[in-house]
Amino acid sequence: MALTADSPNGPESYSQKRSGASVFRPFALIGQKVMGWVDTLGASTIFLIMALLQTFRRKQLSKTIQQTYYIGARSISIIMLVSLFTGMVLGLQSYHALVKFGAQGAVGSLVSLSLIMELGPVLTAIMITARAGSAITAEIGIQRISEQIDALHTMRINPIRYLISPKITAAIISFPLLTAVFDLIGIIGGYVSGVVLLGLNGGVYLHSIKTYVVMSDITNGFIKSIVFAVIVATVCCYQGYFAHMRKDSHGAQAVGLATTSAVVTSCVLILVSDYVVTSLLV
Amino acid sequence: MDTPLIEFKNVTKRFGTKIVLDRVNLQIYEGQITTIIGLSGSGKSVMLKHIIGLIQPDEGTIFFRGKPIAQMKRAELDAAFAQISYMFQGNALFDSHTVYDNIAMPLRETTNLKKAEIDRRVMARIEQTELTEAISKYPSELSGGMQKRAALARALITDPQIVLFDEPTTGQDPVRKNAILSMIAQYQRKFNFTAILVSHEIPDVYFISNRILALYDHQIVFQGTPAELENFDHPFMDEVINSLEALQRELTGLYSKRQFGMLNHLQLKRRRDGESYCLVAFSLKELNAIVTKAGHDAAQEALRNMGLYVDKHFGAIGGFSSRRNTNEIITMLPYSNLAETESIMENFSSDFHKQIIPAIRAGACRLALGESVELTIMAGIAESQSTIDIESAIALAKSRQKEIGRLNCAAGE
Repeated sequence: MALTADSPNGPESYSQKRSGASVFRPFALIGQKVMGWVDTLGASTIFLIMALLQTFRRKQLSKTIQQTYYIGARSISIIMLVSLFTGMVLGLQSYHALVKFGAQGAVGSLVSLSLIMELGPVLTAIMITARAGSAITAEIGIQRISEQIDALHTMRINPIRYLISPKITAAIISFPLLTAVFDLIGIIGGYVSGVVLLGLNGGVYLHSIKTYVVMSDITNGFIKSIVFAVIVATVCCYQGYFAHMRKDSHGAQAVGLATTSAVVTSCVLILVSDYVVTSLLV
Repeated sequence: MDTPLIEFKNVTKRFGTKIVLDRVNLQIYEGQITTIIGLSGSGKSVMLKHIIGLIQPDEGTIFFRGKPIAQMKRAELDAAFAQISYMFQGNALFDSHTVYDNIAMPLRETTNLKKAEIDRRVMARIEQTELTEAISKYPSELSGGMQKRAALARALITDPQIVLFDEPTTGQDPVRKNAILSMIAQYQRKFNFTAILVSHEIPDVYFISNRILALYDHQIVFQGTPAELENFDHPFMDEVINSLEALQRELTGLYSKRQFGMLNHLQLKRRRDGESYCLVAFSLKELNAIVTKAGHDAAQEALRNMGLYVDKHFGAIGGFSSRRNTNEIITMLPYSNLAETESIMENFSSDFHKQIIPAIRAGACRLALGESVELTIMAGIAESQSTIDIESAIALAKSRQKEIGRLNCAAGE
């Protein structure tokens, strides 16, 4: 029987098929996306393990020291600036909030605990991502597209050992140290706004810190900063290293997009992992 | 024949749906300069990257000294690749490292040599590649030619047995192209490595190559000597070789050996038996001294100026010229007898002093960078007949050579 427009087996069954396909299409797209994430997660985990395995190889020390200087030492000034104002604004806000209940004596503990447990590790990680993480991705990405990484292969130099491992190790060393600087300068910032500018008693401010801050708070803050270091360094190195395999762009544009992607992904993962680590440590 | 150093058997490579290599078969032998020629985007670099292991084939087998690479153990593979060095098309120098650090990198990272020994080896290569003044410069501060030389020095620093050159002359002017090719030939003789080149520089690469591989339509369509390629009858010859040779002539004013041979054959075939023709053999004496003192660039500049001027002068009366050796140009004058040629040569010599000597002098002396160099230009005429072998006419012309010009660059000029 020939199919006609009003035939029950013709257009109707076709549209049924279409509607069936369109119903499943969003699920298929979500599935593909999730599979892509799982692939990337697996690949970046292997990438991280390969880099960590190279950490204690010969001739790595000088490269690690050099990278610690680039990632860590050169970030100190920006970290100090940000932490000073973060501490000051925390002191200011907490003073005006607590004074309503006559609890302004708790400003020191509020500022210090906020900084040590949350803001210190998180803001330090975000600042290093913006300053050093983006530079790492761009540098490795350019080395990839200009065949410098291929050149390392041809010279029998393991690119993961030569380029990636020192950066990840340097990040693991730098993040906790910079977090400590952030915490300290932040507490000083809180002191400046609370004590010097708003007239809070300095002894009360410091006593409150000494009373309420315990060692586990500091340790937990450092654990977080190490987790963030691993995440940021891995994401930034991975994005640069595989910039040439991006499907959405090529060449210099791929390096640009890889850098943007590295910064955005790192920041999101810092906040997500912050929640996960906090829930495990609390 | 010996076991090939590298052999491809039915190697196929696809990128997505695009086939780049389609059942490629080739052999590369030890101690030779083998050049892979073909159009841009035909897969020459991909082929080279298969050899060094940067790309794996989808199908087929690659053999290294008769053993399939895919079946080699890790240690064997490392030992095989340790013999190979690669010079990238874009040089792939580390732009955050100085020239010295770039060249020293393979020794620092892959050997246990002491600092003093590394320094000695690096300095030796730097001097050989005339990079002494660029030692502490960054790649971005160097000219294209110097970057190539730095990449070459890095490729040779580990004394490799096999060196792969991916379009070593890309982006260079005709003078530097010849300088780089002659440098590769010179170092290959000096260090006795196996060289595998990917190049567009036809016919210049013929002069330095022992074997030519032609890649066309995703397959190797020719393997043989440059002389055998001249008799190769295939669409590849029309599409690739002839167009590149035309460009070469436009740039230098000289025909390739192949074109010169063909033109000569056609011109003499038209002549009646016994009818005479003339040829002039030009030589640039002490060119090697210029190479030593002022570098390849100065020598090539002198030869190029000479070629352009000879073509301009003799082309008008039906003459055609070719570079025979590094320092020899042969000009054929099919319609001139001895008396006419001698008269033309007198005019040429007079113009030569007025125009070409200052031109060569300006270029070569500038590149001599203050070194004292001297170059003597000789010319000899011979008359011959179409029935007599051209080689004997060239030998006669060379035996009659006399000085037609002398170029002097005083030190500090």
